[in-house]
Amino acid sequence: MALQAIAFYLLAAVTVLAGFAVVSARNPVHSVLWLILSFFSAAGLFVLLGAEFLAMLLVVVYVGAVAVLFLFVVMMLDVDFAALRQGFARYLPLGLVVAGILVAEMVMVSTTVATRGAAAANDTPNASGAVDVTNAEAIGRVLYTDYVYFFQAAGLVLLVAMIGAIVLTLRHKPGVRRQVMMDQVLRTPKTGMRILDLKPGKGIGE
Amino acid sequence: MIIGLAHYLAVAAILFTIGVFGIFVNRKNIIVILMSIELILLAVNINLVAFSVYLHNVVGQIFAMFVLTVAAAEAAVGLAILVTFFRNRGDISVDDASMMKG
Repeated sequence: MALQAIAFYLLAAVTVLAGFAVVSARNPVHSVLWLILSFFSAAGLFVLLGAEFLAMLLVVVYVGAVAVLFLFVVMMLDVDFAALRQGFARYLPLGLVVAGILVAEMVMVSTTVATRGAAAANDTPNASGAVDVTNAEAIGRVLYTDYVYFFQAAGLVLLVAMIGAIVLTLRHKPGVRRQVMMDQVLRTPKTGMRILDLKPGKGIGE
Repeated sequence: MIIGLAHYLAVAAILFTIGVFGIFVNRKNIIVILMSIELILLAVNINLVAFSVYLHNVVGQIFAMFVLTVAAAEAAVGLAILVTFFRNRGDISVDDASMMKG
């Protein structure tokens, strides 16, 4: 039990501190790296809760795909990041006030829910719902039966996002000669060549 | 010391607040705003998974998966819009992004 508490406090502290570093880092590349650390330790928290499948999903999807996407975009854009930081000090007091109110409210609601809500009676965590079922199996049993339409809809969301991202960033440079298959196939001897009647001693130049 | 539901909810609340705070203080830097949104969604996922585990109901994790899907799609489309915006304008300052204003 003590080991679990140590692991929880370590992972929670790393998650929160890395999250804070994301929003306060000067360089957005560092922000992305902190974001990766934050997601990684959140995945550790999920493992601690027993939700191994979502933890692995978090590592694969977020650290493997989304964070790398962020990293590519941040490194590709040639932006003066120092100019983007001005106004940081101006918005800091307002941000701190809003953040303080928000965290106080949410911690109050959370403790009330945790001590008196429906979950208060269960102090034994169980990520599978049943006794002798692994986490991934429990998710699969529900996801592919009761929630199969939602699952398909999630696939459609990803498809639309993929097509949208490609359409948004695709661009045809003017002045680049491309191969047009249609023109090549439709070429006939009539359009492809011409017969000239040349006089001796003269070239084809006009 | 037993780690209960309240501990996870507190972590999620702090992470959510950090995300909102990041949107407030980085008003001009849209990349950090997008990352703050990712942090907020991560906090929501922690909440969903914690409740799922302590209510012995796996549906919360299914929902967290859908949140993950939508977050990935949002990041992809958001960054694509950002790249297009940068190409057209030469910078990514969102303060004077009012081209779509009627």
